[in-house]
Amino acid sequence: MRVLVVGLNHKSADVEVREKLAFNGDKLEEGLRRLKALPEVKEAVIISTCNRVEMYASVDDPARAAESITAFLSDFHGLETEPLKRSLYFREDKDAIRHIFRVASSLDSMVVGEPQILGQVKGAFAFGLERKSTGVVLNKLLKKAISVAKRVRTETKIAENAVSISFAAVELAKKIFTDLSGKSVMLLGAGEMAELAAMHLKSSGVKEILVANRTYERGVELAEHFGGRPVRFESFKEEMVHSDIILCSTGAPTYVIKRDDAHRIMKERKQRPMFMIDISVPRNLDPAINGLENVYLYDVDDLQGVVDANMGERKKEAEKAEEIVSEELESFERWASSLDSIPAIISLRDKAEHIKNQELQKLMNKLDLDEKEQKAVEYMASAIVNKLIHPPTAALKDEMEDRDLLIATIRKLYDLNGD
Amino acid sequence: MFLGVAALSFEASLILYLAAMLFGLLELLKKSKPVMVLMLLAAGAGFLFHTGSIFYRYFVAGHLPITNPHEATSFFAWCVVLIFFVLEYRYKIGLLGSFIMPIAFALMVSSALLPQEVKPLSPILRSNWLGIHTVFAFLANASFALAAGVGVMYLVQEHYVKTKRLGDLFQRLPSLQSLDDINYRLITLGFPLFTLAMITGMLWADTAWGSYWRWDPRETWSLITWFIFAIILHARLLRGWRGRKAALLSILGFLTIIIAFAGIKLLQKGQHVFL
Repeated sequence: MRVLVVGLNHKSADVEVREKLAFNGDKLEEGLRRLKALPEVKEAVIISTCNRVEMYASVDDPARAAESITAFLSDFHGLETEPLKRSLYFREDKDAIRHIFRVASSLDSMVVGEPQILGQVKGAFAFGLERKSTGVVLNKLLKKAISVAKRVRTETKIAENAVSISFAAVELAKKIFTDLSGKSVMLLGAGEMAELAAMHLKSSGVKEILVANRTYERGVELAEHFGGRPVRFESFKEEMVHSDIILCSTGAPTYVIKRDDAHRIMKERKQRPMFMIDISVPRNLDPAINGLENVYLYDVDDLQGVVDANMGERKKEAEKAEEIVSEELESFERWASSLDSIPAIISLRDKAEHIKNQELQKLMNKLDLDEKEQKAVEYMASAIVNKLIHPPTAALKDEMEDRDLLIATIRKLYDLNGD
Repeated sequence: MFLGVAALSFEASLILYLAAMLFGLLELLKKSKPVMVLMLLAAGAGFLFHTGSIFYRYFVAGHLPITNPHEATSFFAWCVVLIFFVLEYRYKIGLLGSFIMPIAFALMVSSALLPQEVKPLSPILRSNWLGIHTVFAFLANASFALAAGVGVMYLVQEHYVKTKRLGDLFQRLPSLQSLDDINYRLITLGFPLFTLAMITGMLWADTAWGSYWRWDPRETWSLITWFIFAIILHARLLRGWRGRKAALLSILGFLTIIIAFAGIKLLQKGQHVFL
């Protein structure tokens, strides 16, 4: 059994190349059909995401298959072969298997540990199953890759902890408030990161989003975008009494909310906890606010610190994940190499069966036996054949290092090479 | 013979609570599902033995076994573990056991060190009030003990959020709001029970000694405790004393209870000779 992967990802190719090679929409169906139809390809699966395009194939001759798949790619997408080759990587057998395990486990992702890739691998596999482009080898391989990814997910913390500032803010909010569904968010000023965080908070189910912007019209626009409510910038402090989360990126030269403001507001809201996020540089929220009770103030450096720590954590977890992949690779290889002996076992059985039937036929023609006697003779013939071929069959099934040699020997001894 | 069995099950539960406490502390150091399961199993098995020992003593004495310091403290610990399991079942709070089992174990150790002999109950105490009054009192005290434990969890978690040290323990502790909510719930559970214990105690005192209130040390400390928790509730509702302040006050309240318990036992004065 040989496995081949031909592909490109965010490391090997720029986005301009990746988008040209992507199998989007109808292209996937057509592409998979034509890939499977190549004479060198026995089974095929295509994984196509924004960060990678990969073709997995079960083949007899990886080198020839790689050539033919490259030609197919260049033909299908209308690209020249030589520049295309520079963006592609080709991996065979053990390397290919390790590759799919790492991809599914999100070890090969741009953001290591991101969760979408496993779903995309599952989707690609399901698509292949549906279109009957897979067989014994790829079915087993992809199922295994998915289970390896799940094992990595449960046994390491690779997917835990936010690795972007806006997500880190949401995660923190969840550690201050149990449940964000009843919470009110105020967006002070507009900035990309603050808007992103507001978006994440909205999808975590916050009750309402207020938008206060210096230019009221821009505030109205933003509020519409979030399905929120615009507030006059002059009166945001009054509204703050009802806000649980403040996202600030006003770009003002001084503090927009001072410690005393926050103190008064906290009193008015009877000390219900408040989470303030200051994404502005220079800072627009007085750092002394963090010293007040029940207020938690994080500025952009604090959040970046959280993200860095989480990134470090992920790196450590990724090492553990690589170990899991290596472990699983070994067990998969044992299974894969056991496949190699199957054709030999089948030929041996067929040959034995064939000889038995031939000889029985000859004997039956010569003798005139009644039914009972016939049965007995047949039974004896089967027993002899089975007993004779059992030891070599068992040996072939055994796990051993020099299995290839054994297969060759048995094929020679029993003259199995003709078929 | 029965008392021998009771003592054996008491010892078994003591050891199992110790194990639960150690598993709980181990769990603080490193996340591990098996350790958490072991903690719950040890605590659960300890609780069963503990229940058995109380049941045996009840069987022998014919009334709730809370009439000597050993029994009273042991019953206190039993109530703590009971409410711990109720909370664990209801809220599935990570690491709760790591903070509560030390309290339960400390109570069991003090119980083991206190005199164990069962004296015949004085006729004055032989009354239905014994069961009613003490069960209210102990459930209330146990709720306050858990409120204090959850208060410690709150302080730890708040420390992490404020100082922006968001390590592994921060990830595993519940959110500030849920800890504050649970603390508040435990106090709102404990306070009415405590009030009921005081009322039934007064009624009992009246039937036993002909006066509702006689300022014995136990009564005085109970009043102080009652005021502390009344202040916690009042300040929370009116002044918004939640979070850190509520956590600190509930720890203070629990310390008052412990002082009342220990101090009065040492002095051995007043009518609450046993408690």
